[in-house]
Amino acid sequence: MRTEAKVLLGLGLFFGVMCAVYWNWGHENAGSVMMFAGMLLCFVPGGYYYWWSRRMRARPEDDPNATQAQGAGVVGAFPGTSIWPFTLGMGAFFVVLALVFGIWFLVPGLGLAMWALFGGTAEGRRGGTQ
Amino acid sequence: MSKVSSVEPPALSPQGVSNRTRRWRRVRRIVALPVAALALAGCTVPTFGASPGATTSSQSTFHLWQGFSVGAVIVGGLTTVLILWAVFKYRRKSDRIPKQSQYHIPLEMTYTIIPIIIVLGLFAATMVVENKEVANPKTNVTIDVNAFQWGWKFTYPGQNVVVVGQTTEDPIMVMPVNTDVHINLTSSDVIHGFYVHAFNFSRYALPGVLNQFTLRAVNTGTFDGQCTQLCGLYHSLMVFRVKVVSQSEYAAWLASNANANAAQAAQTATNQQTSSIVPTKPAKSQGNN
Amino acid sequence: MTDVLDPPVAAHHDDHEHEEHHGPTGILKWMTTTDHKVIGMSYTVTAVIMMVIGGALAEVIRAQLTTSNNSLVSFAQYNELFTMHGSVMIYLFVGPFAFGALANIIVPIQIGAPDMAFPRLNALSYWLYLMGSITMLSGFFVAGGAANFGWVAYAPLSNSINTPGAGADLWIGGLLLTGFSAIFTGVNLCATIFYLRAPGMTMFRMPIFTWNLLITAILILLAFPVLTAGLIMLYCDRHFGTHIFSVQGGGVPVLWQHIFWFWGHPEVYILALPFFGMVTEIIAVFSRKPVFGYKGMVFATLSIGALSLGVWAHHMFTTGVVLLPFFSIMSLLIAVPTGIKMFNWIGTMWRGEVWFSTAMLMAVGFLITFLIGGLTGIYLASPPLDFFTHDTYFVVAHFHSIVMALVLGAMGGLYYWGPKITGYLLNETIGKIQFWFLFIGTQVFTLPMYLLGLRGMPRRVATYALHPGWQFLNQVSTVGAVLVGISTIAFMVNVVYSWKKYPAGDNPWDGHTLEWFTTSPPPHHNFYRLPQIRSERPTWDYNHPGHTAAEHGHHQVHHEEIPAP
Repeated sequence: MRTEAKVLLGLGLFFGVMCAVYWNWGHENAGSVMMFAGMLLCFVPGGYYYWWSRRMRARPEDDPNATQAQGAGVVGAFPGTSIWPFTLGMGAFFVVLALVFGIWFLVPGLGLAMWALFGGTAEGRRGGTQ
Repeated sequence: MSKVSSVEPPALSPQGVSNRTRRWRRVRRIVALPVAALALAGCTVPTFGASPGATTSSQSTFHLWQGFSVGAVIVGGLTTVLILWAVFKYRRKSDRIPKQSQYHIPLEMTYTIIPIIIVLGLFAATMVVENKEVANPKTNVTIDVNAFQWGWKFTYPGQNVVVVGQTTEDPIMVMPVNTDVHINLTSSDVIHGFYVHAFNFSRYALPGVLNQFTLRAVNTGTFDGQCTQLCGLYHSLMVFRVKVVSQSEYAAWLASNANANAAQAAQTATNQQTSSIVPTKPAKSQGNN
Repeated sequence: MTDVLDPPVAAHHDDHEHEEHHGPTGILKWMTTTDHKVIGMSYTVTAVIMMVIGGALAEVIRAQLTTSNNSLVSFAQYNELFTMHGSVMIYLFVGPFAFGALANIIVPIQIGAPDMAFPRLNALSYWLYLMGSITMLSGFFVAGGAANFGWVAYAPLSNSINTPGAGADLWIGGLLLTGFSAIFTGVNLCATIFYLRAPGMTMFRMPIFTWNLLITAILILLAFPVLTAGLIMLYCDRHFGTHIFSVQGGGVPVLWQHIFWFWGHPEVYILALPFFGMVTEIIAVFSRKPVFGYKGMVFATLSIGALSLGVWAHHMFTTGVVLLPFFSIMSLLIAVPTGIKMFNWIGTMWRGEVWFSTAMLMAVGFLITFLIGGLTGIYLASPPLDFFTHDTYFVVAHFHSIVMALVLGAMGGLYYWGPKITGYLLNETIGKIQFWFLFIGTQVFTLPMYLLGLRGMPRRVATYALHPGWQFLNQVSTVGAVLVGISTIAFMVNVVYSWKKYPAGDNPWDGHTLEWFTTSPPPHHNFYRLPQIRSERPTWDYNHPGHTAAEHGHHQVHHEEIPAP
C-alpha cells in the first residue's frame, strides 16, 4: 500500500506548494481555493493509505515475490446482473429533465432513483444476483 | 547490478571501422547540410508565418516568435529525424528477439535536463518581452474602447470625439504614430476580443472590468481589427479598423470631429443595437464629419 | 517454475458451483450487465457513434467555410454547429472513449482482476453517459436549437439573457450526467487499481496503460467535481436569479473561466493520458522490446498530471486579470515530461525489430502528429505569443493536431485490443488504407489552419467576407476534413468486412502484458489461469523465458527453462 500512499501524498504536497506560491504571488481567490481543495483531496486518502501501510502485512500484490497461490480464495463480491444501475440512470435522466422542462419531471426522476437506491442496497445485502 | 545493454565490443564492418563510428559519421553528414544551408542563408531568420507588425511591442513579439520557432524547428526536426530513423533503420528484418534494453540513466537524465534548460530560457525571453508589453507609461493620448454586441465605440476623453459603428459599419479608431497611446478597454455586455492582426495583440473586453494597455505604433497605415471572442449572433461581423496617422494629422482629425454632443449621441447609437437587422451604413463619427 | 493456479475467485462462485446459466437474455441482459467487458464495449460503440455525429457536424462547418461569404448555414446555425461539434467530440466522444471504453475492458485484465471493484457503479456510469449524451443532443430538437455559446460556455454569453432557451439547459443537464458518469468511473478505476491487482503485480510492475489510467482517474476526481459545481452555479444564474457570473448583481464573469478551466485543463490531460498509455503498449509490443525508461514514464506521467492542475489560466492570458508569469512557467514546464515520454517512445523502438501492423502505423502517426501539436502548444504558453494567436485558427490547429493524434492512438488501440476483446482480427489492408487517409487528412486539414491563424483569421466565424485571400487555405483544410471522413468510412467498412472472419487466438501480436495471457475474448471473470508475475511483462516472460529484461535495479530474473504447464 506504500506506493499508492506515496503517489497521493506526493501529488498533495505538490498541490500544496503550488497553492502557497500562487496565493502569495497572485492573491487570486478561485484558483487558490481550488488548489487547496485539490491538496486535501490527495492528502486525505493518501494519509489514510499511509497510516494503513505501516500497520498491515504486505498484501500479495505488494509482494514482488508473491505466488499466485497466495491470492487464492475469495477476492471480493462482484454483483452479477442487476437492473438497478439502469434504473438509477433513468432516474437521474428524469431529474435532469426536470431542470430543463419543469419540476413535475422530478416525480418519475426521484421515484426511479429512490426505487433504485432501495432496491440496489437490498440486492447488495442479499449478496447480489448470481 | 548489471545492465542488459551490451558491453561486448561493437561489431566491426569489413572496412575495419566500428559500426558505431560509421553511424556517427553518417549522422554528421546528414546534419551538416541543413546547418550549412542556414549559415549560407545569412543572418536573416525566416518569419515562420508571423510578421513584425506596426507597433514596438508587435516587433518584439515577432522576434520572440522567431526565437521560439528556431527552437521548435531544431527540437522538432531532431525528434522527427529520430522517429523516422527508428522506423526505417530498425524495421523488422527477421524473427529474432532484439536486445531487451530497458533504460539508460545518463541518456534519460540528458533529455530531462536539457529540455528544462530550454524551457527556462524560453521563459526568460518571454518575461523580457512581456514586461515591456504590459507596461503602461504615462502618456497624453488615451482612447476608451467599448465593445458591445455587435460593434465598437471609440471615445477620445476630453476631446469630445466619439466613433461608433456596428458590424459592417466598420468603425475606425484613429491614433497618432510614434506616440504611446493608452487604451481603456471594456465591454457593455458580454466578453469580446479586441484583436488587431498588425499589432500582434489581442485583449478581452470584459464587462465590469477595465483592461488597460499601451500601444506605440511605428508605422502609419490602416489595419484590420476584429472581435475574436464569441459574443453571440453577429460575432463574425464585428469588425473595426485602426488608422495610424502622423501626429499633426491626428490633431487635425480630432479638431474637425469634436462635437459636444458626441458622447450622448454615441450612447443612443449603442442602445439602438438590434438583433434582427444587420446595418449596412458606412462608419461615421458622431459629429461633423 | 511457472505458478499457474486457479485465479482469485469472486464470492458467489463458492455458493453456486453448478450455477444455473439462465440469467436474463437479449436486451434485458444488456440492460442489467455489470461485466466490465460488456460495459466497455457499450462505451466503445456509443463513443464511436458520437465521433461520427461530431464528425458530421465538422464536415458541415468545413463546407460553410469553403468560401468566404457562404450562406450554407445561418449565423445562428453556425454557432450551434461549432458548439455542438466541440461539445460532442470532447464531452461525448474522446473523454468517454479514453476512460470508459478501452480502459473499462483492459485495465482489470491487465492487472489480473476478475472485474472492476464496483461493477454496478460501472454500469451506472455507462447509463449516465448514454442518457447524458441523449440529453445534450436533444437540444437540436427544441425551439431555439442546441447550445450555441461555444463548448466553453463563457459567461455572460451563457446566461439566460444572452442565451435563453432549453438547448443551453439541456447542454448543462447533459454535462451534469456525463460528469457524474466520469466521477464514478474515476472512483472505480482507483479502487480497482489499488485493491484488485493479482499477486506479484506490484505498482511498479503494472503496465504503463494502467498507470496512465490511474493518474487519469485521480485527475478525474480532482477536476470533474469542479466542473459540476460550475455548471450548477451557471444553472442557478440562469434560473434561480443568482448573480454569480453577472456584473449587474455584483458577480464576476471571469470566475466562470477560472472554474471552467480549472476543470478544462486537467480534462485535456484526462483525454490524452489514456492514449499515451495505449501508444506506449503498442510501440513496445511491435518493437519486441520492453518499454524504454519505464520508471521515467511513470514519473513523467505523474508530473504531467500534477502540473496540469496548475496551468488552467493559460487559457485566460488575454483576459488581462490573471497572473501571467506563474501560468507561463508552469505551462512551459509541462513540455519537459511530455518530451521525456516522446524520447522514451523513440527509445522503445530503438534497436528493436519494428513491424508495422495497422496498430503500429497508428502509433507512429500519433508520434508525429502529437509532436506538431505539442510544439505549437509551447508557443501558446508564452503570453506575448498567445496574445496574437489566442482565439485565432492557430489555436484551433494546435488542439486539432493534438486530438487527431489522440484519435490515431484510439484507432491503434482498437486495432491492437480489438482482437482480444472480440476474438477476431480486423483486416490489415483496409486498416492501412484507413491509416493513410486519417494521417494525411489530419495534416491537410490542420496545417493550413496554423497559417490562417497567423494571418489573422479568428475562430468561431461563419464568414470571412473581408478576407477572400483566406479562401484558398480554407479550401485545402476542407479537403483534409473530407479525407478524414473517408478514413472513418474505411473503419466502418473494416468492422463490417472483418466481422467474425479472422480468429485471433490468445496472443496474435506476441503481447507482453497480462491480458495476452488469457483467451480472446476473455472468459467470465477474465482468467482461467494466471502466470507468475515477476516484471511488468508477465506474458512475455512466460513465453520468452530467455529474454527477460533486468528488474529495475534489482536482481536478474532466473533464466532457467520454465516447463510448459
